Amino acid sequence: MNLKSSGVVKQILFSPKIAPYIFVSPFILSFVIFFLYPSFSTVIMSFYRVLGKGQNLFIGLENYIRLFTDIHFYNAVITSTIYTLLTIALLIPFPIFYAVILNSRNMIARNAFRSILFLPALTSVIVAGVAFRLMFGESDFSLINSLLLHLGLQPVNWRLSYWPGMFIMVFLAFWRWAGVNMVYFLSGLQNIPTELYESADIDGANKVQQFFKITLPLLKPIIIYVLTISIYGGFAMFGESYVYWNENMPGDIGLTIVRYLYQQAFQRNDLGLGSAIGITLLLLVLSINLIQLKFFGLFKRDES
Amino acid sequence: MNYKKIKIGRIILFLLFIVIAVTTIFPFYYLVLASFRPSDQLFRKGMDFSLDPSKMTLNNYKYVFLGKGRIYFYWYRNSILITSLYTIISLFLSSMVGYGLAIYRFKGRNLIFMLVLFILMIPLEILMLPLYRLIISFKIINTYWGVILPFAVSPLGIFFFRQYASGLQKDYLDAGRIDGCTEYGLYFRIMAPLMKPAFGAMAILLATREWNSFIWPLIVLRTNEMFTIPIGLAGLLTPYGNNYDLLISGAVLAVIPIIILFIFNQKSFISGLTLGGVKG
Repeated sequence: MNLKSSGVVKQILFSPKIAPYIFVSPFILSFVIFFLYPSFSTVIMSFYRVLGKGQNLFIGLENYIRLFTDIHFYNAVITSTIYTLLTIALLIPFPIFYAVILNSRNMIARNAFRSILFLPALTSVIVAGVAFRLMFGESDFSLINSLLLHLGLQPVNWRLSYWPGMFIMVFLAFWRWAGVNMVYFLSGLQNIPTELYESADIDGANKVQQFFKITLPLLKPIIIYVLTISIYGGFAMFGESYVYWNENMPGDIGLTIVRYLYQQAFQRNDLGLGSAIGITLLLLVLSINLIQLKFFGLFKRDES
Repeated sequence: MNYKKIKIGRIILFLLFIVIAVTTIFPFYYLVLASFRPSDQLFRKGMDFSLDPSKMTLNNYKYVFLGKGRIYFYWYRNSILITSLYTIISLFLSSMVGYGLAIYRFKGRNLIFMLVLFILMIPLEILMLPLYRLIISFKIINTYWGVILPFAVSPLGIFFFRQYASGLQKDYLDAGRIDGCTEYGLYFRIMAPLMKPAFGAMAILLATREWNSFIWPLIVLRTNEMFTIPIGLAGLLTPYGNNYDLLISGAVLAVIPIIILFIFNQKSFISGLTLGGVKG
């Protein structure tokens, strides 16, 4: 009996009709347990005041109303937006420049430069942050401040005012990600047929014209990909904020959306508000990315 | 004349890239140098870059290896175990899914692939809170499994393996079937070995990410001896610099294994990012 039923199970499991579903089952399971269920529970929790001990009070939109009238949340959205815009403004043009130059056969030691530029990508945000906190220390003797003094400039309280704080976050992100984006663009450049440049040479186009007429248009899919992950990464930023202001954060300097979520949900235990922040962030990132992808007309999936 | 102009341009570019490279390496150099300086003086006196041995001290490393800093080795062990477990499980599961999506045509295949792409576009940080509650109810808070399981099936890995498996020769499959191989046998005996380069590249990418991952372990791991390196180090960041002996030498020791890995496997690092084909 037992043997027989296990034989049937075996037959089902091994049938070529079922096998594909077995192969994809880890994803389905993980999707349901670790994505679908938590997503639903966040949506639901965002309409409740969570009192603990399994007691919840339905409060409708109150969490959202609190959120949208909350000056700290407003500050966090502004900071995340500025941070995202600045990282995009830096982390697309510079890596393209690096890639174009280091893709050229005439460049001396181009492989060494590529490796060096990629090195920061190997660090965690904490390890990199430790180095940056040392360099951007508050005292007059810290590396950057002593350089500023040498140049006859005023030393800066890097972590105590808004724009210097923004600067050190963006700089840290730029340092860590420029090499990664460069690699994406390099792989894009290598897919551009060299004949295009050869015929452009014959037609008398100079390097700058070639860049704008051939390189940039053909890099467009990669640029859009990098833009998409930068929007995602920018709005989801947490580590850069945590490493500079891990305990106190004067006047919301460096307070980002995810940082605020962490504060409310895990430090103040306000699960309802935390959920509302999560949902708002999700809608924000999704809508920006959908608009952006639509705008650049890249909604065609390659079905191979 | 024109030739000369090109040559000067090249030299200028080369010099420019020397400057960029030095700036890029500088924080590493600074960190390593700082780890050999008396930690209490780093802030009060600031730090110059001289390699004068009389200013150097091994005290920070002595503190880690012989003194109270030995908690660091708990963190190191946790990081190594979590990274290896995560990488192995994630490679196994996401390669299966990616392979399934690439080789078979079945009902729901496109939907599943769309869901994979969808998750790739969502900041999973928004789910930290409900996931945290889930991990508590599974009773795996403050454990390796709590860190590993929610993200063990990596959408990036699935995408990557799907792209890779799509490009494989499918003739072997029919030959295998004729020889009486089951569908799983085909995968484990024939196709998985063919995907070896993909496994190598993905292993490195996933391991680097896990080694450096921060926000999720910060939430799951609650006690000092369960921390991974980044979480442990983050706890030492104080404005007063009184923990900097362990913080700085610990940061140096955390990067060294990855840099060594990178030096010997540069190609795999790069192809892990690009082989999946950033094509749209």
